[in-house]
Amino acid sequence: GRACLSRTELRARDERSGEEEVGVSYQLYPGHIPTSSLQKALLAAGSAIMALYDPYRHDMVAVLGETTGCLALPSLRDKMKHHPEGYRILQERPCIRLSTLDMARLQGLPAGSLGREYVRFLEHNKVSPDTRMLPKFVDDEELAYVIQRYREVHDLMHTLLGMPTNMLGEVVVKWFEAVQTGLPMCVLGAAFGPVHLSARKLQVLATQLVPWAIQSGRNASCILNVYYEQRWEQPVESLREEIGILPPP
Amino acid sequence: GALRDLCGSVRGVAAGPETHFGFQTVTEEERREKIYQVFESVAKKYDVMNDSMTLGIHRIWKDIFVHKMNPCPGTLLLDVAGGTGDIAFRFLNYVRSVWEGQLRQKLRQQQNLSWQEISQSYQEDKLKSLGDSQVVVCDINREMLKVGKQKAQHLGYSEGLSWVLGNAEELPFDDDKFDVCTIAFGIRNVTRIDLALQEAYRVLKPGGRFLCLEFSHVSNPLLSRLYDLYSFQVIPVLGEVIAGDWRSYQYLVESIRRFPPQEELKAMIEDAGFFKVDYQNLNSGIVAIHSGFKL
Repeated sequence: GRACLSRTELRARDERSGEEEVGVSYQLYPGHIPTSSLQKALLAAGSAIMALYDPYRHDMVAVLGETTGCLALPSLRDKMKHHPEGYRILQERPCIRLSTLDMARLQGLPAGSLGREYVRFLEHNKVSPDTRMLPKFVDDEELAYVIQRYREVHDLMHTLLGMPTNMLGEVVVKWFEAVQTGLPMCVLGAAFGPVHLSARKLQVLATQLVPWAIQSGRNASCILNVYYEQRWEQPVESLREEIGILPPP
Repeated sequence: GALRDLCGSVRGVAAGPETHFGFQTVTEEERREKIYQVFESVAKKYDVMNDSMTLGIHRIWKDIFVHKMNPCPGTLLLDVAGGTGDIAFRFLNYVRSVWEGQLRQKLRQQQNLSWQEISQSYQEDKLKSLGDSQVVVCDINREMLKVGKQKAQHLGYSEGLSWVLGNAEELPFDDDKFDVCTIAFGIRNVTRIDLALQEAYRVLKPGGRFLCLEFSHVSNPLLSRLYDLYSFQVIPVLGEVIAGDWRSYQYLVESIRRFPPQEELKAMIEDAGFFKVDYQNLNSGIVAIHSGFKL
């Protein structure tokens, strides 16, 4: 869990995309686009509609999260500040990236450990931690990190909850996250995600998965207060118990 | 041209002449590169974004533009920065309908000929369905040309149409070649407008016409404020939501503000050697059509 070279790395990425920042003096972090309240409101509405219309527009879900998180993000940051492990995370700013992970070591860990199961999850669902969107519209540098951390931890949530990355799995994780974080984007995703599911899946969702997700969410301590990078060796079962996630149905 | 570029690269980016990219200050080389990247990035969603940003009104502007051109069959048009082909397709539609009108007119007058003679002349004329009109679409950006070619195929345009990769500041054509030279919503993105105007002058035949369609300045204060509000608050949001690209559309609205107003552009066109230079405002100056003749 080293702090990644987030600033230099991000600036290099920005320069490669060949664009300089408009009004550099207002930019709080690389990739930041300062926006007025009207713009944020329009973005929130537009991204919500677009995310519903085209669920493959993950960038719209990200934008929705950023523009509606003005209450939930500070509250999450405070939860982190008042917890010893969360506080350390805020200070050290670890990032989960392919460049910072030692994939070979994680693969070598025993089955059932967090690291091994996480790598298994990435391979099985063919996803990578590097596809996460960087925050753009959050007007506070620390809160931008909080939402970035939330996005990076999302894949670990899949691992801990044992949910795949199909529509059903994503909705279940969103329910859990909605209870945990209170982010309006999670609430909306949880409420409207099922629109794309079949009746049979909806039944399973409603009778088994959602009640379990909500209960776990309520029971568990704040998921952002866990320094996952220092717990790769810990067995998933033990971590679940420690956080307070109930065993999956 | 080539020598200038060579000198520029030898001097290094930092030492080049300064210009603007939206509201930023950059060197000319940086500006060219950034603009190339903007259009590379927006090419696939260019038409969708145009419709969304202008609520479809850009189609009317382009219709008015081609009507003002009023091309007759046999015209050779060069459409600079013609990218996705909007002007070229309208031109082809226009000359085709004028040509067909002329054919019908001719037939009506041939009342005394035999059936054989009539059908023979009809067939000859029908072969050239556009009456020898041609349009060359020239654009500096490969992605935009690609989208244009795909559109042409999809819409069924093939005759009288060709696509050339080229720079408005240094057109790859001989002198005195074209009857009309147009540039629609492109001159704003040219780094040296004076060079583009000189090039347009060079490639036109004597008697040829230069037409430019571009965003311009709104003098009405109330409309100007509403327009600014819409431009700066709504358009980048549309860019982010529809194309996932805030910055390109932020550049677009800034570049409109940086572009010379109507009278200044008129003077620049006159400086390039054009006569009878005039302009027509559309929508109170949101857009303007400038026209000039090479005599």
